[in-house]
Amino acid sequence: MKIQTKADLEKIKEKGLKSLYPKTTKVSVGMATCGLSTGAGKVYEVLQNGVEKDKLPILLGQTGCIGFCQKEPVVDILEPGKPRIFYQGVTPERSMEIVQKWLDNQVVDDLLLCKMEREDWIVEGVVKDYSLHHLPAGMDGTPHYHQVPFYSKQFKIALRNCGFINSDLIEEYVARGGYFSLHKAIMNMKPEEIIEEIKRSGLRGRGGAGFYTGNKWDSCRKSKGDTKFVLCNADEGDPGAYMDRSVLEGDPHSVIEGMIIGAYAIGAQEGFIYVRDEYPLAIQKLKTAIQQAEKVGLLGENILGSGFSFKIHLFRGGGAFVCGESTALMASIEGKVGEPRAKHIHTTESGLWDKPSNLNNVETWNNVPVILARGADWYSKIGTEGSKGTKVFSVVGKVNNTGLVEVPMGITLREIVYDVGGGIPDGKKFKAVQTGGPSGGCIPESLIDLPVDFDRLTEAGSMMGSGGMIVMDESTCMVDIAKYFMSFLKDESCGKCTSCREGTKRMHEILTEISEGRGTLEHLNLLEELGWVTAEASLCQLGGTAPNPVLSTIRYFRDEYQEHIVNKRCPAKVCRALLQYRILSDVCTSCGRCAKVCPEKAISGKQRTKKEKGKPFKIDPKKCIKCGMCFEACKFKAVEVE
Amino acid sequence: MESSEINTIINQYKGKESAILAILQDIQGKEKYLPKEILEQVSQKMQIPMTHIFRLATFYNALSIKPRGKHKIDVCLGTACHVRGGNKIIDKLERDLSVSVGETTKDKQFTLESVRCVGCCSLGPVAVIDGHVYGRLTQDKIPALLKEFK
Repeated sequence: MKIQTKADLEKIKEKGLKSLYPKTTKVSVGMATCGLSTGAGKVYEVLQNGVEKDKLPILLGQTGCIGFCQKEPVVDILEPGKPRIFYQGVTPERSMEIVQKWLDNQVVDDLLLCKMEREDWIVEGVVKDYSLHHLPAGMDGTPHYHQVPFYSKQFKIALRNCGFINSDLIEEYVARGGYFSLHKAIMNMKPEEIIEEIKRSGLRGRGGAGFYTGNKWDSCRKSKGDTKFVLCNADEGDPGAYMDRSVLEGDPHSVIEGMIIGAYAIGAQEGFIYVRDEYPLAIQKLKTAIQQAEKVGLLGENILGSGFSFKIHLFRGGGAFVCGESTALMASIEGKVGEPRAKHIHTTESGLWDKPSNLNNVETWNNVPVILARGADWYSKIGTEGSKGTKVFSVVGKVNNTGLVEVPMGITLREIVYDVGGGIPDGKKFKAVQTGGPSGGCIPESLIDLPVDFDRLTEAGSMMGSGGMIVMDESTCMVDIAKYFMSFLKDESCGKCTSCREGTKRMHEILTEISEGRGTLEHLNLLEELGWVTAEASLCQLGGTAPNPVLSTIRYFRDEYQEHIVNKRCPAKVCRALLQYRILSDVCTSCGRCAKVCPEKAISGKQRTKKEKGKPFKIDPKKCIKCGMCFEACKFKAVEVE
Repeated sequence: MESSEINTIINQYKGKESAILAILQDIQGKEKYLPKEILEQVSQKMQIPMTHIFRLATFYNALSIKPRGKHKIDVCLGTACHVRGGNKIIDKLERDLSVSVGETTKDKQFTLESVRCVGCCSLGPVAVIDGHVYGRLTQDKIPALLKEFK
C-alpha cells in the first residue's frame, strides 16, 4: 500500500500500536551492538526456544539500546495494565527465570533495574502513564524509571525511540508519531516556512561545528542549480562517541524522515547517507528502513502523492577519520581519495559533483521531525541562549554509569559526571573530562561547574564535537592522553597539508620524548609553537583543531608535564618508561600467582606449600617489560608501581 | 576470485566509477584483502588507472593489500578503551601471537589490527574478532579467547 493521506498513515499507526502495546505480555530484548556484544543475541535465542517449547503466552520483541549500555543486556517486560519493567545484566542462563517468575506473578529481584511509571511520546507531546497497581509483591522499593539517577536528568528528543521500538518495523516508528511531521511538511507547509521554523528553533549542527542548521538549509535552497543533494554524515569518527550508531541502529527512520523533510525544503532530489564501515549493524538497519519507507511511498517517486520525489543512497565509508570533514566526505562519495579541499566556495553552493549540497549529522537530521511536530517555540525553550535543544553525550571512561545520556544544553559537567554518571569508580579522584574527540580538549576539575553548550566548551579550550565525554581519574596521565590523540591524528591526517602532516608527527615525537623521560622544558614552548602553526596553516579542521588536546592539557596540567620532564616521574603511573614494578616483601604471601602470569619469567621466589612457608617473590628489573600482569594478578596488593 | 565474480560485483553498481570504494570493499569482503591480480582486472574492466585504485586501497583503513589470516582481531583503541587499558590488550596479543599490530601470524590463523573506536565505549577495553565484539577484556582473558578460535 502506498500512503497518500493522513488516514493511511493513521492506519499504519494503529498497526504499530498493536505491535508496541499488544494484549499479550511482551518481552523485549535490547539488541543494539552494545547489547549483542554482551550476549543479547543468545538471551533472545534462549527466550525464543523456551517460549516455543512450553507454548507460553508471551510475545517476543527486540529493540535498540535504552542508553544504559553498562547494564546490558537489558530486557523489558510489558504486560497490559502494568508498568514496563526493566531488567539489567540478563544472562542467557537467567533469561527464562525472568519470564517464568513473571507468569507466576513474581520478579527476579537481583536483576531488576526499574519500573517505568510513564512514557513520553515527545513527537506528539503526549505522556502515557502506566498503572502502578497489580504489581508482583516486593516491588514497592523498585525505583521508577525517572528516579534512576542515570535517567533522572535526561530529556530524550534524539533518543526518543531508542530502546522502545523495533527499528525493523516501520509501523512501530509511525506509532510514536513518526512520519507525521513529513506529512505536515509536504502537505501543509511551503519550503520557506519549514526553513523559517528550523531557523527559529535555533537548532545547531550536532556534528561538532555547531553551525545553524536553518541558515545552512537556506543558503543551499537559494543556491543556483536544479540538481541538489542532501547528505547525512554518519561517519561518526570521534573515538569515544557513539550516539549516532545508537540512533541508526535503534531509530533509523527518524534520520530518514529528517532528510526527506530537508530535501523537500531545500529542493533536493537525491540524498546520501555516508555511514562508517565499522558499524555493520547500523548499515543493515538503514538498508531495511530505506526499503520499507520506499515500499509505503514515503520515499522514492511521488512521495505521499505530492509529486515530490526523493531517493536515498547508502554509502559505506572506508575507515578514514578525515572523511567526517564535509569536503573529504563528498570526495569519497565521488570515488576519490577522501581529501578535503579549500572551502572558499561553500559546499551549499558547490559540493558533491559541484552541485549545491547540504550536509548534516545524524543527530541533527533526527531532531528535525520533532521540531516540526512541536514547533520552534517549544524547541527553543529548551537549552541555553546560544544552544537550543538537547544533546546526546556518551559518558564513558572512568565513571560508574557509562552509557548514552541525553540532557538539555546548559546542564553542568558536574551534573553529568556525578549525578547521571554516578561519580568515579573505586573511590578514585576525578581529574578531567575530555570532550570533542581528537579536536577537543581536556576540561579540568576547576571547571566542573561549567554549563555545557557549544560556546562555553569552546571558551574552555575544548569543543562540543559530536558529544563524546571521556571521564578521567587520577590514574589517567595527561601527557599520555595528549600523546594518544596525537598518535591518532598523525595516523589520520590525510597528508595534503604539510603543516598538519608534519606538525602532528613532530608533536607526537616530542610527546613521546617527554613520556619516556627525555623531555626538556623547551619542549613545552616548542609544542605550543608547533600547535599554533599546525592550526593556522592547515586547510581543514582536522589540522585546524589538532593541537587542542596538547594545548589544553598544557594549559590545565602544566605541572604534570613538568613532573615528567624535571623529575622523570609519571604521577598517574601510566607512562611505562618511567615506571618501576616491585614486590613489597612484607605484604607478599608467596602465593606465586605473579610468577605464574609473568610472560618474561622475571619474577622469582619460593612458593609456599601446605607444609612450608615460602619466600617473598622478587622482580628482576632487567627482565621486567612492565606489562602489569603481576600487578593485575596479585590479590594482596603486594605489587607496587613507582 | 573468478573474472565472472568480479563482473558480478562491478555490475551490481552498474559499473559506476564513483562506486569504486564499494566495489573494493565487496572484493575484500570475499577475499579478505585486495590481491594485485584482481585489482588489475578491476582497473581494466572499469578503465580506472591502477595508480588511482592503489591510492584508494592504501588510503582507506578498511582496505588492505596485504594478505590477512583466517581470523581478524581488531583491538579498539578509541579514547574510552585507551584510558581503560586497551594498549595492554594489544601488548598481550602481540606477545601471545608473536606478531606486531598489522601483521599476520606465521600459521596464517590471526591478523592483529587496531581500530579507532567501534562504538562500544561502555564496555572497554574491547576487541572485535571476526565481527564479534568482546568487551570488558583483561590481559588474563586473552588466552582463553584465542583458544576459541584455534
